[in-house]
Amino acid sequence: INHIVHNGGLYKRPFNEAFEETPMLVAVLTYVGYGVLTLFGYLRDFMRQWKIEKCQNATEREEQKDFVPLYQDFENFYNRNLYMRIRDSWNRPICSVPGAKVDMMERVSYDYNWTFTYTGRVIKDIINMGSYNYLGFAQSAGACQEAAAKVLSQYGSGVCSTRQEMGNLDKHEELEELVARFLGVESAMTYGMGFATNSMNIPALVGKGCLILSDELNHASLVLGARLSGATIRIFKHNNMQSLEKLLKDAIVHGQPRTRRPWKKILILVEGIYSMEGSIVRLPEVIALKKKYKSYLYLDEAHSIGALGPSGRGVVEYFGLSPEDVDVMMGTFTKSFGAAGGYIGGKKELIDYLRTYSHSAAYATSMSPPVVEQIITSMKCIMGEDGTTIGRARVQQLAENTRYFRRRLKEMGFIIYGNEDSPVVPLMLYMPAKIGAFGREMLKRNIGVVVVGFPATPIIESRARFCLSAAHTKEMLDTALKEINEVGDLLQVKYSRRRLVPLLDRPFDETTYEETED
Amino acid sequence: MDVKRSTPSYLYWLFCQFELITCSYLMEPWEKVLFYSFNLAMAGLLLYTAYVCVAFHLSSAFQLLWGFLGSPRENALSVVK
Repeated sequence: INHIVHNGGLYKRPFNEAFEETPMLVAVLTYVGYGVLTLFGYLRDFMRQWKIEKCQNATEREEQKDFVPLYQDFENFYNRNLYMRIRDSWNRPICSVPGAKVDMMERVSYDYNWTFTYTGRVIKDIINMGSYNYLGFAQSAGACQEAAAKVLSQYGSGVCSTRQEMGNLDKHEELEELVARFLGVESAMTYGMGFATNSMNIPALVGKGCLILSDELNHASLVLGARLSGATIRIFKHNNMQSLEKLLKDAIVHGQPRTRRPWKKILILVEGIYSMEGSIVRLPEVIALKKKYKSYLYLDEAHSIGALGPSGRGVVEYFGLSPEDVDVMMGTFTKSFGAAGGYIGGKKELIDYLRTYSHSAAYATSMSPPVVEQIITSMKCIMGEDGTTIGRARVQQLAENTRYFRRRLKEMGFIIYGNEDSPVVPLMLYMPAKIGAFGREMLKRNIGVVVVGFPATPIIESRARFCLSAAHTKEMLDTALKEINEVGDLLQVKYSRRRLVPLLDRPFDETTYEETED
Repeated sequence: MDVKRSTPSYLYWLFCQFELITCSYLMEPWEKVLFYSFNLAMAGLLLYTAYVCVAFHLSSAFQLLWGFLGSPRENALSVVK
């Protein structure tokens, strides 16, 4: 039984989250592996510089050799010598709709991943455990596809203008009204790109003289938006409410750094589900803190909208809270709705302000009409307004798949991070050779997985990330689990020592140096 | 998990684990040759050092021990020797 948190009755359901600590031997061996690869990297770089070996990566021209070097930093070293060796696990081209099963083009490399050639063969029916297809709306046939095809023949596919000029279609108005009703907020606005929603709207909401409190593991779009805004940014430890409270107290007590004036605005940036850890934000506690210290909350529900909650309304419904408590609810349509784009929902004054002042509204082309229709149809399906219970059934199927898959993987002995209810399942691999080996072995067994290493994760904590879908049947999951079991035995990645690690609930102060002390 | 694998395939499996841990799984063949020859040279040097030094070390340690267990007169004689 995992550690269950009941913080003064804020939680109406148990919150099971666990991040098992890295076993010491595994960490040491991972460093050994990286050490060996670094030595060989230096050797190869030496050979490339002295022209013993042909240099296939980008270098400066001969005339520029005396300038400040461009490719000498660690990122480029890692890219040349470590990433190139296992590069065949990424950028794999698929040639069908990314549903529960996908077709992939086969490619080989004759010069150790510097160049790829296609053999011409298509590998069919690979079980897709990597696509963000939580409710299975990535389909090439069905009600969504027919509606989108009809709109395509009516409106075409290009909009050729920004929202503020000539690009505001009646479809966009219909979509925004639907999104507002779905979320339970007063008004909503949609944008053509999910990344741009975050990075272009945070600068419109905060500026200099404001404080942004952002989680350690926030997505690049949130970090970019925060940096572009010019506000002061302070980072709190991942999902750690004691750390957040300490920062809030300091902000209120001390004010701005030099002048000691009170901050104009304090904005807390959190995500619903963190896609690399599979953890869910502690929303009841964040809202309690926000109300106590009178700050604003920006919730990025990119992965959690449609995937959590009994009717798919996201993390706010999952915890049983009111959407009015969250000031800015942001999300994307890429993951659960099978389309592209993002939205921001909130009070009417806020959204009217964003319609005028957002960079994305003023400069970016608005969403394409068939994509809008796909979102409208899928959202109506989830809400049940199209007259069927398909949406509800899919949300329940996803929850069942999540619980089953996570339970079976934990029983097998893998280290799985994150919350019990999140459909993102990271499986820890740690060693660099096992990253490449896992991806290749799973593809040999017709299962497509996404493996992640540095720089998306800390350098020793590389992982394989499974994204579950409502389109996965139990047979597909059983096949996948059988193969994962086999590959896990082959590669010896079953590191779990099955010890229950208690979550940190002690008060956080300067003397606590690390999260887990047992 | 299958029961008793034959010894050659078990050794091969162990070798694969060694390859994965030291990342020689990812190396090109000439890099593997370099890496394995370095490793074998180091291991050979270690065994040679053990062969040469450990025997002498153990015998001198035993001498010291038996020297302390004998009589004090014998002790003085052995120290003089």
